[in-house]
Amino acid sequence: MTFFPAALKAQVLVGGRGKAGGIKFANNKEEAVNYARDLLSQTIKGSKVKYVLVERKINIEKELYLSITIDRGKRRPLVMASTEGGVEIESVEESKIHMKWIDPVHGYSAYIAKIISKKLNLSGDLGKQFSDLLSRMSKLFEEYDAELVEINPLVITKEGKLVAADSKVIVDTDSLFRHKDVPINLDDLTELERIAKESDYSFVELDGDVGVIANGAGLTMATLDSLLLHGLRPRNFLDLGGTDSVDIVKNAFPLILKANPKIIFVNIFGGVTKCDTVANGIVIAKKEFGIGQPIVVRLNGVHEEEGRQILKENGIDAYSNMPDAVKKVAEIYAMITKGVN
Amino acid sequence: MVYINKNTKVIVQGITGHQGSFHSNEMIKFGTKVVAGVSPGKAGTTVNGVPVFDSVEETLNFEPEATMISVPAPYVKDAFYEALDHGIKVIYILTEHVPVHDSMAMVNEARLKNAIVIGPNGPGITVVHEKTKIGIMPNHIFRKGNVAVISRSGTLTYEIVKSITDYGMGESTVIGLGGDAIVGLSFIDVLKELKKERQTRAVVLIGEIGGTAEEDAAEYIRTEFNKPVVAYIAGRSAPPGKRMGHAGAIITRGKGTAESKIKALNSAGVDVADYPQDIPLLLEKKFKK
Repeated sequence: MTFFPAALKAQVLVGGRGKAGGIKFANNKEEAVNYARDLLSQTIKGSKVKYVLVERKINIEKELYLSITIDRGKRRPLVMASTEGGVEIESVEESKIHMKWIDPVHGYSAYIAKIISKKLNLSGDLGKQFSDLLSRMSKLFEEYDAELVEINPLVITKEGKLVAADSKVIVDTDSLFRHKDVPINLDDLTELERIAKESDYSFVELDGDVGVIANGAGLTMATLDSLLLHGLRPRNFLDLGGTDSVDIVKNAFPLILKANPKIIFVNIFGGVTKCDTVANGIVIAKKEFGIGQPIVVRLNGVHEEEGRQILKENGIDAYSNMPDAVKKVAEIYAMITKGVN
Repeated sequence: MVYINKNTKVIVQGITGHQGSFHSNEMIKFGTKVVAGVSPGKAGTTVNGVPVFDSVEETLNFEPEATMISVPAPYVKDAFYEALDHGIKVIYILTEHVPVHDSMAMVNEARLKNAIVIGPNGPGITVVHEKTKIGIMPNHIFRKGNVAVISRSGTLTYEIVKSITDYGMGESTVIGLGGDAIVGLSFIDVLKELKKERQTRAVVLIGEIGGTAEEDAAEYIRTEFNKPVVAYIAGRSAPPGKRMGHAGAIITRGKGTAESKIKALNSAGVDVADYPQDIPLLLEKKFKK
């Protein structure tokens, strides 16, 4: 039996690889070498191709979908399977997705494969292969703290074998302390988000032009939303977290400045994070980094009077009330963009 | 009274840590009966006048009923089982970055044993009229009243609670469910408690993107809940596929958008505020009806 026709698959951590031209079929050695060279020079959906997998082309009889994920509402693992494989599961009609939940206390049991294989019309040897596969998938899901184990497509070959033609595993990053063998994938992060991660800031890059520093994930989201309701588009999400450190406040600014916003809005509700600490961080940052953009600050909560006083002495306006501060950001933004145009 | 009252005896696991010592002191100042602390290797010492022991077993003379767990994420699961196996029925987990599989195991095990898990990664619970709290909410924001607040976040909850207090109203119970994808309590679990509780006359629900907890709550409110509810949903401006700080705040595969939650709540008769500071105005409107 000859190796050809062969499939060449770009090894990149992105979905929709085939559609993006990451899979080629070669009928002989010469074609294979050319395709491999071509694939290795490509960047697919922002991910540089470093490796190519070469394998015998599969004789596809049928494509299935199979995954294990976490059902947040039911607080337990969920097995999903469909006879409509090879496409994104979101595009599959709900009636064609078969679901079964794994008991979170006693774990996976083989009856789940029995029920699902019947719905997928897998009997005899195929049913046995399926049961074996799902049992091993559930083991992987559990042992590796996975958020997702997905095989799509799961191919039934003309020879009657089940083959995982493409698969995806997402490991919970909070569990990496016990999975030293799992590399961290930073491919989904932007350059700025990578820098932020190294300095331990909770940061998301967005496409607007108002820089944002706030504390608490919920309040930071609410800050972005409030800006949006005023027609302003945030440049970023940056949550200082529950710290009370001048340095953490100060060092957030170089990160924001790299994003080159038109204006910076600092929105703090003081508790463990005290308002005077934040004010001192802002004042030092302004001097040290020569910030040219206008800064609007809102301080409310523990030590807010002291904080506002510190800012006032350094020529920075501070507000107590969040809606007032957001309005001020909108006013200044309108003024500076008008000046530019 | 929801889950705890002024007589609830509380221990703190991880009391000698930075968070544990600071917040146990704040809890005592608020009125909470903190009876003992646990910190392996620190037995015989005291923190804020509270005796410290090596294990939960050694605190049983104090008859603890609730615990606050403030230990590093890799040790949370063990601390949790130690509390559960010694009969503690209210278990609050402060720690952020607990592995999601650990949380799944813990919350399901707790359900089997009729224990309550609050968190992980939330600010805890404050029962204002009982002058007791377990967790890290700032003491100065509360005033005794009849508005209950259920939330998935911390700082945003304080922001809204203070705006309610500043407006001249007050709170009954404030509870943070936690910002993770898997947490012990859902909005519905708490609404069921509030339904039969006398102190509460209205409820504020503070949700955010990710999951379907708000949609599920809306269905419950529409069919079974008997008190007025107003809401705020954070994350209208969040792009899909990005975690907005909280592990659970992510729009995945088109599910968990702010629009979907706001729509579901509106159709259940729940007014949803555009700005967090509008919550007191919406409450006032409901009270006038």
